[in-house]
Amino acid sequence: MTEAEIASFLYHEARLLDEKRWDEWYDLFAEDGHYWVPLARGQTEAVFHTSLAYEDRLLLRLRIERLRRGPPSQHPPSWSQHVLQAPSIETAGADGWHTRTPFFYAESRGDETQMYAGTARHHLVAEPGGLRIRLKRVDLVNCDAALPSIQLFP
Amino acid sequence: MNRYRDDPAALRALVREDAVHRDVYLDPDIFRLEMERLWARAWIYVGHASQVPEPGDFITCDIAAEPVLMLRQPDGTIRVLRNRCAHKGAKLLSDRSGHVGRFLRCPYHNWSYRPDGQIAAIPRREGYDGTGLAACEAMRGLGVVRSEDYRGFVFARLAGDGPDLASYFGNSLSSIDYMVDRSPTGEMEVAGGVLRYLHDSNWKQFVENLNDTMHPMAAHDSSAGTAKELWADQPADAPKPMAIEQLVPFAGGYEFFDKMGVRVFPNGHSYSGVHFSIHSAYAAVPEYEAAMQAAYGPERAQDILGTVRHNTVYYPSLTIKGAIQTIRVVRPIAVDRTVIESWSFRLKGAPDLFYQRNVTYTRLINSPMSVVGHDDQQCYRLIQEGLAAGGNEWVSLHRDHHPGEADDLTVNGTSEISMRNQFRAWANLMGAP
Repeated sequence: MTEAEIASFLYHEARLLDEKRWDEWYDLFAEDGHYWVPLARGQTEAVFHTSLAYEDRLLLRLRIERLRRGPPSQHPPSWSQHVLQAPSIETAGADGWHTRTPFFYAESRGDETQMYAGTARHHLVAEPGGLRIRLKRVDLVNCDAALPSIQLFP
Repeated sequence: MNRYRDDPAALRALVREDAVHRDVYLDPDIFRLEMERLWARAWIYVGHASQVPEPGDFITCDIAAEPVLMLRQPDGTIRVLRNRCAHKGAKLLSDRSGHVGRFLRCPYHNWSYRPDGQIAAIPRREGYDGTGLAACEAMRGLGVVRSEDYRGFVFARLAGDGPDLASYFGNSLSSIDYMVDRSPTGEMEVAGGVLRYLHDSNWKQFVENLNDTMHPMAAHDSSAGTAKELWADQPADAPKPMAIEQLVPFAGGYEFFDKMGVRVFPNGHSYSGVHFSIHSAYAAVPEYEAAMQAAYGPERAQDILGTVRHNTVYYPSLTIKGAIQTIRVVRPIAVDRTVIESWSFRLKGAPDLFYQRNVTYTRLINSPMSVVGHDDQQCYRLIQEGLAAGGNEWVSLHRDHHPGEADDLTVNGTSEISMRNQFRAWANLMGAP
């Protein structure tokens, strides 16, 4: 896998979110994959420390199905835009690729837009069907601030 | 000019026995009076003793929209002080937690204070010789706020005079006992970080919602109902993931929530889940139950473990879930702006599974990214916006209302009695000085 192919995968992943192609996005996760938004800087523990989100495929499926049902909080609906810095591969080896992608993220709903910045860290693994996400960790620069509802996927 | 401060009749007219006027949620003058009166006269949750274990440890927060700090004293007691330099008014401590040495020092002019709030030193003090400083307010140092610690929960009362903590909370304190006593050693400590969720709505929307058991079937159908469907195909004996165990009971249905029961107390306090709750069906842990029986005896242990109250509201600032050791703290900022803090506790001497449960629950339900929280927050905001509509200035609280109902009784769980009870306390605490 070349660096360009890895980067292309990550750009594609963000694009699927911004285009609300959630089923395709969900399929990018490995069976044991997780999406994690820590609450603290440098947080190492997801099970025994609170997080903003820590979701396995079951919870991601729940989130996606709920969004599709048009819940109260999605009237009007939210829209997102990721703007990614070029990803860097931090390590590559037998357990796959660990990447680091600084980003800006906007989430807009009705007349209001929230802006976030942070760093996404992916752990990618090669599977027969292609690259899969074992972990997507999203460290927001203001992870410990009082935050309003964040309804989509930074 | 505050149009309600000098008009007691107008203020009283906002609360009927079974309805409230929209101004209680919308009017900035009312918010200002609430902070001056209700929030100053009530016992407000500041923090937990385990957050300041050593002398010099502090936390800071705003209660009643005023900055305070909670500081462990050299003698081991805890004091709540106003977080305001006696000189020019700068906040002394701006970190949310930390440690000070023997003195607190203002970053602006180095005025320093002893841990009890008294002035310790002022640079070039001779500059004040012959001035009026010695006789003025500044010489009192940092204001000491009356505070009390109930089993580690530290509350403060900004208006010094008035009932003590035990009389203000009365028998509702049993919910704190039932939470702490779930530790075989009767101790718990704050752990796992704090979620701070910014709500663009009035603080009362949140407090009323805690024992509003008619909303989950509507507002949470998209989350709990979806969780139920996702799990529907599984065999009955399939081990339930913790998230399913916690989310599905929100879709329990009207009958479930009605039979749960709600209990109210004087001064606005209440809890739902008198007989059972959404936390009743969590998997049992036999070795923990044995430890509890050894610690408390079979009868009391069964009483503690069988008590799974839903939400207890310590009006107006604290709501707790004893069965899973999480609390939510209400920090009002403006008439349409409130921060809800969610804290987790670790029970000493209890299995890690319990701590994992409360961390999971608070993330699933109370996070700014919670699929449950999103819909609550949206509904509060819709009230905030919808009440601007003309033609009806009143909010109905009629469900299961009986004229002259008492403020110390248990009724069916879907009654709106907890909200009426809160507004009785509201009217009482908002009365003229």
